[in-house]
Parts: sequence; structure tokens; C-alpha cells
Amino acid sequence: MTAPKALDVQNVAKNFGGVRALTDVTLAMAPGERLVLLGPNGAGKTTLFHSISGNIIASAGRISLFGQDITQLAPDARARLGLARTFQITNLFRQLTVFQNLQLAVCGAQQVTFKFIRPMTQYVGVRERAEALLTEWNLTDVADTIVQNLSYGEQRQIEVVMALAGDPKILLLDEPTSGLSPAETHRVAAMVRALPRDMTILMIEHDMDVAFEIADRIAVMHQGRIIAEGDEAAIRGNKQVSDIYLGVE
Amino acid sequence: MARTLLFIALAAVVFVALPFVVPSYYVSLTTKILIFALFAMSLDLLIGYTGLASLGHAAFFGISAYTIGILSVKLRMSEWVAFPAGLAMAIVLGMVFALLALRARGSYLLMITLALAQVVWGVAFGWRTMTGGDDGLPGLRRPAFVSDETSFYFLVLALVAASTVVLVALIRSPFGLALQGIRESESRMQALGFNVWRHQFAAFVIAAAFAGLAGALYVYYNRFVSPDFLHVVRSAEVLIMVIIGGVGTLLGPAIGAAAIILLEDIISSQTQHWLLALGIIYVATTLFAPRGLIGLYRERFMARRKP
Repeated sequence: MTAPKALDVQNVAKNFGGVRALTDVTLAMAPGERLVLLGPNGAGKTTLFHSISGNIIASAGRISLFGQDITQLAPDARARLGLARTFQITNLFRQLTVFQNLQLAVCGAQQVTFKFIRPMTQYVGVRERAEALLTEWNLTDVADTIVQNLSYGEQRQIEVVMALAGDPKILLLDEPTSGLSPAETHRVAAMVRALPRDMTILMIEHDMDVAFEIADRIAVMHQGRIIAEGDEAAIRGNKQVSDIYLGVE
Repeated sequence: MARTLLFIALAAVVFVALPFVVPSYYVSLTTKILIFALFAMSLDLLIGYTGLASLGHAAFFGISAYTIGILSVKLRMSEWVAFPAGLAMAIVLGMVFALLALRARGSYLLMITLALAQVVWGVAFGWRTMTGGDDGLPGLRRPAFVSDETSFYFLVLALVAASTVVLVALIRSPFGLALQGIRESESRMQALGFNVWRHQFAAFVIAAAFAGLAGALYVYYNRFVSPDFLHVVRSAEVLIMVIIGGVGTLLGPAIGAAAIILLEDIISSQTQHWLLALGIIYVATTLFAPRGLIGLYRERFMARRKP
């Protein structure tokens, strides 16, 4: 093993007061790997996600990104290292237009920050990248629409596009299909599948079909621990997993 | 675009011609409106653009006024020292407030900024030897080159116009868009790689600087400074100007300032109960025009043009 792991989570724990949300979680991802986290509500998936993205600082353990220790870093510092994420509850700039949303995403990615004087319109690099994203994801028609006036499905799609603005090295997707119709779910799943193969993707997903469709490997969480890891067949054949999660299947 | 330029040209003509057309009382009243328009715009940078509600904005306005008053009246310094010192004190106080208050959000931020501003008020009220306490500091003179109403008006007009240009540029810059992003979602901005705290800190200090400029102009306008400059009522008044005019625009707070000062002028000449009237105006605005006068205008007229 010479190349550093894309993501290396070692013995991470997180307590909220007396509640143990995560217990001794260890998880590693190779560059370009696609891992889906499964688990019932309250299993700790989102807590683990927040610990990786920096919205929560782990109580114990170590998290590193491409060999660099990020356990204590703020979310924006982790973003600058090439980590991007989406949110389970749509988290966009609701009163700004689609184009402004993308402009901000590109500004973050290109670190066009603390520029006080020239107008935004004069930053050609930002504009071109934002326009390319509009074209690539078929958003040109809604470019000047205020985000809160878009349908929920469109908002979920932009939620993912925002994270892609900076061509992240590692992408965290927190239930990108939550609340979507089957047709929309299919579209988002296709969108994720079509992402560049060298992008490392960690995804929380409740929809089994989507999970198995996208994942190279699956990890199942239960009560703050990872209880199973493996490919589709291994997970489907795991007795403990079918007991607690797959239920009737 | 052409409409905006026409509007600006028209406004320029009106403001430049004004002192030659109307009596000096109204020149003075317009000077006051310009000063408070700047004060309200500076607050809207925090509230409307960055999403940080402050009920202590008068502290920056007042500390700048007091610095100038003390340096000029007590220490007999020139306005070339006193005026920049006033702005510097407002900026320093802005940094202190930001460091202490930015850990809170929403109504908690309102409470902290209110408390911090009341501390400054308490100092001005209590430190009689320096600030004159309740009596304030009378006897301030305007600089010699702007001693009459008309030339002082033009000084204020020039500085407020220049400040407005700077604020407009700021809002259109990547920094300004980032502030609006922070208003909409701090967590998303962080996830995109923005250092949210540093942006908020900068917004706080810039807002404090422009509030300080307004306070500096107002102390020369008034030739007198008292603890009223710093009082929570003044913070609330400028907040109401912003809300009545329209949060999240620059023109809105300026219009709100004009509306409040004109109404105060008219109503105060009839009755002692101006604050009662202000309260009624505020309630009426939140009920019938929650997006302020600008919002009302946009809903009524812009909606028809752009279906």
C-alpha cells in the first residue's frame, strides 16, 4: 500500500451528552471507490457524515483525507482540500437565482473570496465555469429563476450540482434521492452513476435499488457501529443485516 | 440599466439644485436625511445582506460622534485629527463587537449587540468629566470651510454619495454575493469552502465604519453630542428605517430614513408623542408592507410589467 487512502476513518466515536451516536467506527475508501452507507434511522450515518465533513468534531479517533489528518479541521478547510458534500435536507441559497447559487459554489471552489472591488460579472473564470455547469446539467432555462420557486426535484438536482462545482476529489452525498418520485430518483441515480470514475463517492441511501446500482461496496450501520461491509451479494447474504434492516426481504 | 442611469442623473440634479431652490430649513432637513440614509444603509449591510440582526448599531454612530466631540471640545484638536479618529474608534468598536457577538445568531445576537451598546451608552452617561454625562458636550464648531448650511450640505452630499458608490460596488463584488450566501445558508457556504466567520467579521467592521461616518457627520450637523446618540432608541429607530424602507436593498433604507425623518419633522411640530406615532407606523408597516416601501412598490408596479 503506497498510495494513501482517499478517506481513512479510524476508531471514530461521537458522544452527545450520554448518547453514543458513534462507537469505534473504522472505514477506509480507496481513491475512485463508491461506497454506500446503509442503515435504519438513528444508526449514526448522518453523524458519521458530519464528522467527515467537519460539521461535527469527533469525540475520539482519527479521520484523514488523502493521508492528511483532518480530524479537527473546520468544514470550510476540509472543503478546500477537495471534499464536497450535499445535505439530506435541501440546503441552497433559496432567495438567490440558480446562476447565483452556482456562482457561489464556483467562487468557493476557485477561492474567489474577499474580493471587494470588481463586480462579480467581471470574474470570467467563475462565470464560464458556472455557465458550463448550467449547460452540463440542463439548467440553462432556469438560470435566472429564484431557487425557492423551483420544484423540489429540481432543487435536489441542484443540491448535487453545487457540490460538483469544484470537481471535488471526494464527494459525500447525504440521501440525494430523499423525497423524490421514482422517476426523479432514477434521474438522480443516473446522474451520480455518470460522474467521473476517479471521483471518490461516499453516499447515504435508503433506496436499496439505487444503493446496489451505484455502490462498489456497501457498509451497513446499526446503533452507531458498522456491522457489515462488502459487495451486494455479501450484504444480501448477511444474516444480521437482513434481521435488522432488510427485514422481510 | 438605462432607467437606473436616468434615475441617478435625475437624483443628482435634484440634490445639487436643492439648496438654490428651497429655504435653508429644508436644506438642513435634507442634510439630516442624507446622514441617516447612510446610517440606515450601513445597518442594512448587516441585516439585509449578511443576515445579522443588530440592535446596537448606534454604538458605532455614537462613539465616532463622542470621539470627535471630546477631541474637539475638550482637547481642542483640529477636525483633521478628530474626524479620522472618530472613524477609527468606530472601526475598533466594530471589531470588538464582532469578536464578542458573532458567536450568537438571531434574537440572541440582537440581545448581545443591545447589551454591548448599552455598555458604551453607560460609559458616555457616567463618565461626566470626559463626556459631560447627561448634559452632553456642547460647543462643537463645524470646520471653517463648511460653516454655513449650504456648504455643509454639499460636504455631506459628497460623502454620502461616495459611500453609496462604495456600498453598491461592495454588494456587487464576490464579497457581496458571499454575504448574501451567508444570509441564506451558513452551513452551505462552509461546505463550499468559505470561511463564514471572517466574512461576517468583515461585514460587521465595514458596517461599523459607515455608521461611524454617519455619526461623525451628524455630530458636526448637530454641533452637540449627548448620550442620546448612543441610546437603544436610536438603534431601534435606524432598525425601523431599514425595515420600513425595505430590508436587503440599499435604496430601501435610504427611503425609510427619509420617510421617518420627514414624518418626525411634521408630527413633532404638532404633538409631543412622536415615539407613539413611530410605533404605529412600525406596526402598520409590518402588517401591510412586510417587505417595506420598496417591496410594496415592487409588488404593485414591477409585477405588472414582468408577468
